[in-house]
Amino acid sequence: MSTQATGARLAWEQFWAIIWKDLRSELRTRQAWMSMGLFALLALVVFNFAFDLRVENLATVGPGALWIAFIFASILGLSRNITVEQDRGPMDRLLVAPVDRAVVYLAKVVGNVIVISVIEAVALPIFAMLYNLPIIQPAIAPILLLGTLGVAAVGTQFAALAANTRARELLTPLLIFPLIVPVVIGAVRATEALLTPIHDDAPWLGLLVAFDVIFLSVSAITFQFVVEE
Amino acid sequence: MSAQMLQPAAQPHTAAATPTPAIALERLVKSFDVRPVLRGLSYTLPAGRTLVIFGPNGAGKTTLLRTLATLARPTAGRALVAGLDVVADAGEARRIVGYVGHQPHAYEELTARENLLFFARMYGLRDGAERASKLLERVGLRARANDRVRAFSRGQAQRLALARGIVHDPAVLLLDEPDTGLDQEALALLERLVAERRQRGLATVLTTHHLERGLRLADDALTLVRGRIAYAGAAAALDVAAIERLYAGEPLVNGGAA
Amino acid sequence: MQSVLQDSAKGKLADISRRAPVIGAALGWLGRYGELALLALTTIGMLLTIWAAFIYAPTEAVEGPVQRIFYVHVPLAWISYLAFFFVLVGSVIYLWRRDERWDAFARVNAEIGTVFTTLVLISGSLWGRAFWGAWWVWDERLTTSLLMWFIYVGYLALRAYTGRTAQGARAGAVVGILGFIVTPINYMSVKWWRTLHPDQVLPLGGTPQLPASMIVALMISLVAFTLLYTLLTIEVYKLERATAEAERLRVDVELSGQE
Repeated sequence: MSTQATGARLAWEQFWAIIWKDLRSELRTRQAWMSMGLFALLALVVFNFAFDLRVENLATVGPGALWIAFIFASILGLSRNITVEQDRGPMDRLLVAPVDRAVVYLAKVVGNVIVISVIEAVALPIFAMLYNLPIIQPAIAPILLLGTLGVAAVGTQFAALAANTRARELLTPLLIFPLIVPVVIGAVRATEALLTPIHDDAPWLGLLVAFDVIFLSVSAITFQFVVEE
Repeated sequence: MSAQMLQPAAQPHTAAATPTPAIALERLVKSFDVRPVLRGLSYTLPAGRTLVIFGPNGAGKTTLLRTLATLARPTAGRALVAGLDVVADAGEARRIVGYVGHQPHAYEELTARENLLFFARMYGLRDGAERASKLLERVGLRARANDRVRAFSRGQAQRLALARGIVHDPAVLLLDEPDTGLDQEALALLERLVAERRQRGLATVLTTHHLERGLRLADDALTLVRGRIAYAGAAAALDVAAIERLYAGEPLVNGGAA
Repeated sequence: MQSVLQDSAKGKLADISRRAPVIGAALGWLGRYGELALLALTTIGMLLTIWAAFIYAPTEAVEGPVQRIFYVHVPLAWISYLAFFFVLVGSVIYLWRRDERWDAFARVNAEIGTVFTTLVLISGSLWGRAFWGAWWVWDERLTTSLLMWFIYVGYLALRAYTGRTAQGARAGAVVGILGFIVTPINYMSVKWWRTLHPDQVLPLGGTPQLPASMIVALMISLVAFTLLYTLLTIEVYKLERATAEAERLRVDVELSGQE
């Protein structure tokens, strides 16, 4: 059919179509941004009271607080999607189309990364002010990106899994958290290294890259089994 | 909308060859847990025919349609649309199958037009904008084309769902209770759509609780009871009284509003 | 009608042993008496292990008698990794072949692996308490075991919640695959996290040159626990399959009664 795109070209177009659609919807409700943004902010403030944050402590505890705020906010945001998609309808309409399930998965991951990144971009300067840490450097970008990608990769897969098995709310975090340990460790340590450079440190970014690549590729393949009925 | 007919895939163009059936079920079994919902269905619908499926709630109508739409995978046996196996040839099958489910389900934050444009892109259609306009006109939603679906009434959402289902001009269209929640005008639209497809030789399968309407629209009828076929044959030959007995207490309407 | 069903049930139950993949072949070869032989061997092996661990093996100089937990802790750990590897294998083959027997195989291994991991954590904790004075240490092996425990408890929770559905089996398979693949990465990250922060390093005592007698004791223990694992796997698998068949038969009877 001359009016139809096929193969890799089609996959590429579908990929961007899904991202565009998800972002468009998100832009119009701004629901996720509001709830996730506020949560992240709240977490950062509460940590200040939970840990004894004197000036000399800040560089050690700061990165941890930052990433916990981001990760929990992300999980909150992704879990919120579950209750929305509990009835499979919207997903069904998408799955009836001739779209590779891996494309759907990757598009959703990228969409989620973009949404979470916006929150991070806003929260970061606030964090820098509250904790008085020189975190606004170009080198923070790859760390943020790779860490967020890892969380989104895991979160998207298990959000879909929970939606399709109609699992209880508790199950999703239970499944997600043991799997994002490398992201937590890698992102926090990399951020620490940024603030207080350590000689002979482990390749934290490399760890994040390895995790992201491996998890994304395996998940992209298993996604079809998750959404199938 | 293009008047070009989509031929079923893998169709030998020889005069002697029998056309590939629109749908074919071979001892189809589907269970979600231990209890099978579809219990060994075997049936063939010839190409270009319109089929109506009746059955009490829980009989397996929706499951059957979802299996044909490649959303549900058969537990045993096979299901084919236009000669394509829903498991082995799922990708190709999805190109030529249209499916409109129970609930309208559009993307609420997008406008009607954006919804159609999105699905046009998913099917790889180049003339998405044109199709969207024509379809919106056709289902009577032109006035609301740029309104968000969130504000639509159920009937309007249902009409949009219909438009979405045919955006790629499918060779086989599956409609699950398409008449629920539609007003008179929309019902007329639905009937025109089905009649037009019949004229063009495109297959349509629909389920409905409205006996009279279903028999009027269809060539063939199928009755499912508890996952088995109770009747399969011409719509005209269906014993209405027997169907009503089968339903026994279930909502079944004959004449009047659904 | 009743007797036909009974024969059918009996036939089906007998079939399970014969038709089970891998284990079925082994069982077929061993026959009924093979299982008894396995049970006997396992019992002997465990008794031997008790002897080897408490009497035969010498007392370790530094750690003292508490070190003997090692002979239980280490084999349990190795076998739980093996069990989780089989969860991966069963999951992959199930998704590929859609044969629910492989799903049963995966599920059984997840159950046994989780039980063994629980014992690893408990024995490790006791050992740690005795040796370091701490109930828990964040060393990479114990931490990874804890994370694995969470993953497979999650797997079991998911399977329990979704019941006997194909959806649940598929979801479980995905968790089984992702969980196993992430575990080595978990291990590496925790290891790096620990080793590069000297203030957190604890004297592990490691495993310096082990005298021959200790190695022998460890080997005996390993063989015994492997036999135990095999026995448990076979029996729980048969139980699982029999339960599935029984449910199916019950539904058949129910449905035929309705017709």
